[in-house]
Amino acid sequence: MLTINEVRKQFGSFTAVDGINLQIPRGEIFGLLGANGAGKTTTFRMILGLLTPSQGRITWNDKEISYETSDLIGYLPEERGLYPKLTVREQLIYLGQLRGMTRSQIQEQTDKWLKRFGAEEYLNKKVEALSKGNQQKIQFIAAVLHRPELLILDEPFSGLDPVNVELLKSAVHELKKEGTTIVFSSHRMEHVEELCQHLCIMHRGKSVVQGNLKEIKRSFGKKNVSVKADFDLTYLKDTAGVIKHRTTGDGIILQVEREEVAKDLFQAIQSKGFVRKFELEEPSLNDIFIEKVGVVHE
Amino acid sequence: MSKFMTVMMHTYRSKIKSKPFLITTLITIGLLFVITNMNEITKMFGEDEASKIGVIDRTGDTLPALQTQLKQTSDDLKAEAFTKSESEAEKAVLDGKIEGILILDRDDSGIISGTYKAEDVTQQSLIADVELALQQIKNKSAAESIGLNQEQLAAIYSPVSFAKESLSDSAKSEEEAAQVYILVYVVLFFMYMAVMMYGSMIAVEVATEKSSRVMEILISSVSPVTQMFGKIFGIVLLALTQLALFVAGGFLAVKLNGQLSGSESIINELKLNEIPTSLIIYALVFFILGFFLYSTLFAMLGSLISRVEEVNNLMTPVVIVIVAAFMIAMFGRENPESGFVAAASYFPLFTPMLMLLRVGMLSLPVWEVALGISVLVGAIFLFAIIGARVYRGGVLMYGNAPSLKLFKQALLLSKQEKKNTTDI
Repeated sequence: MLTINEVRKQFGSFTAVDGINLQIPRGEIFGLLGANGAGKTTTFRMILGLLTPSQGRITWNDKEISYETSDLIGYLPEERGLYPKLTVREQLIYLGQLRGMTRSQIQEQTDKWLKRFGAEEYLNKKVEALSKGNQQKIQFIAAVLHRPELLILDEPFSGLDPVNVELLKSAVHELKKEGTTIVFSSHRMEHVEELCQHLCIMHRGKSVVQGNLKEIKRSFGKKNVSVKADFDLTYLKDTAGVIKHRTTGDGIILQVEREEVAKDLFQAIQSKGFVRKFELEEPSLNDIFIEKVGVVHE
Repeated sequence: MSKFMTVMMHTYRSKIKSKPFLITTLITIGLLFVITNMNEITKMFGEDEASKIGVIDRTGDTLPALQTQLKQTSDDLKAEAFTKSESEAEKAVLDGKIEGILILDRDDSGIISGTYKAEDVTQQSLIADVELALQQIKNKSAAESIGLNQEQLAAIYSPVSFAKESLSDSAKSEEEAAQVYILVYVVLFFMYMAVMMYGSMIAVEVATEKSSRVMEILISSVSPVTQMFGKIFGIVLLALTQLALFVAGGFLAVKLNGQLSGSESIINELKLNEIPTSLIIYALVFFILGFFLYSTLFAMLGSLISRVEEVNNLMTPVVIVIVAAFMIAMFGRENPESGFVAAASYFPLFTPMLMLLRVGMLSLPVWEVALGISVLVGAIFLFAIIGARVYRGGVLMYGNAPSLKLFKQALLLSKQEKKNTTDI
């Protein structure tokens, strides 16, 4: 269990992280969301022990995180980096040894992961000769090689093509099944929705939304109504209870205050003509994010 | 294997395999062979040809004296009578049959004079030999003309007996001082080389890890302090390996020289084997401590920059410090007792060179040497503590050229990060 208790981090007069409280149980995938500069990386660095909180406490299984526990933790930094002049093998041996592994353990895990990612042929290639996508795979392997109990992934999917994203996602799922606790940050809401049960949205160092994904959506209250019909639907935006709308190719998506508003909408279009689609949807994480953080985020 | 050892061996292995290291080592050993065997090598090219000069002797009786004189002073220079005309002699010189032509004359008062003509007059040592021989002949004949005999002449030219004796106990003989100076010079030279080579190596290593961003993974596995010292020890190990190779190479070269020339080896000529063992130990101690000091400095500086290109900017001030130490050592050779040198020898960055110089040239009381070593060790610890802090903060900072402000920022950042600095 990872416990983050009232953690603050100040750099001079600037507060990067302001009173974060998180409890992440074992075997959980936890999403940390936030715009650039929200304090995600600073939080990660504090979890890793690279930075010491100005206030508060972070523990892993009730123990302070320090270099004593670093063999239990895996880290994929946002800024990717490997030794450009070393081969994949040399690289993984060095990084693995620094996480307390023996050579034979490293060998075994390296073979397993390279095979899984279909990257066996790169074993003796220099990292600088690899494509960016393949470098990221190697970086991911370096983060999980020592079978960490706690895995921290800072923007793991950025810059990957869809095929590799799927490859990485399935690896993350598998690690979770094996009992690894995973904390990850992402810009891509769909990844978070797909992978996490729990999440935290950070904004300017503060946690603005936090908890179970379903509950967050439920408690958000507002819902979306997606309508497609053969006639013009834009007049619906003036219905009482509609907060905002967005027209799509052949329809409209309306954000409504309550579920009841959907009924009014349904009645309003019933007699107008043929309706192809009328659906009451849960709000997307993106809607919640925009609402809470107040910026359009990509 | 502990993480410290992992970092150390990784640094050592990756550097010892690198091409620049192999190339510099081989070139230096090659140079050692060339330098120690210089006399043999020059012989290989020039031994067979004795230079021959033609002499047109207008005095009639000077040539035999000149020949005897030359035989005594140089064995590869022969003077032969040239019986043909001056213009033909000049032609013979241009054709390369003889090195030059010497025309001997005697003026009215009976004084001998000579004119030397050659293709060019750049062969200084040959000309000097001829001139010296002629001078002696002139002296002799002039002396004879005023009635001095051989003994009287010898008495005039014999050098004055002049002995130097130092009354202070701490002073050393001139010969000792010369040996010490060679040793100090060698240490100074190695120091300069080591700082240039390995210092920049450490700084580049740190900067590369920062610029390739691998640093973030590294410091999440190993504490920056462990990492910094692992790296420094790895490089020290590398330096010692190279030094051992140089010494072994040098030893072989000297041995080879001894076999070739069959007589005096270069060690005997320089009387290096007479240097007291204690001084050699001091030299090693000061070299190793000095190396640590500068390495720590470079690791610290390296952590402040974010790109490899900036390493050169950092090197400059450190090189200036070393050059300053070099200059003071030069000055100190003439005036080892000077208060300025004494004071400077307690400035940690100068201590390795200047204290060694003083230990060698003067018989310093033990406490002074001990104080010097303590200052050095203290400075290493101080640099290590500051370095570790700056390193901790510095590795997470990117951007900006190195500056004092950056240094302060790094210190500030790491001040808040004291928690983990203790576990090496």
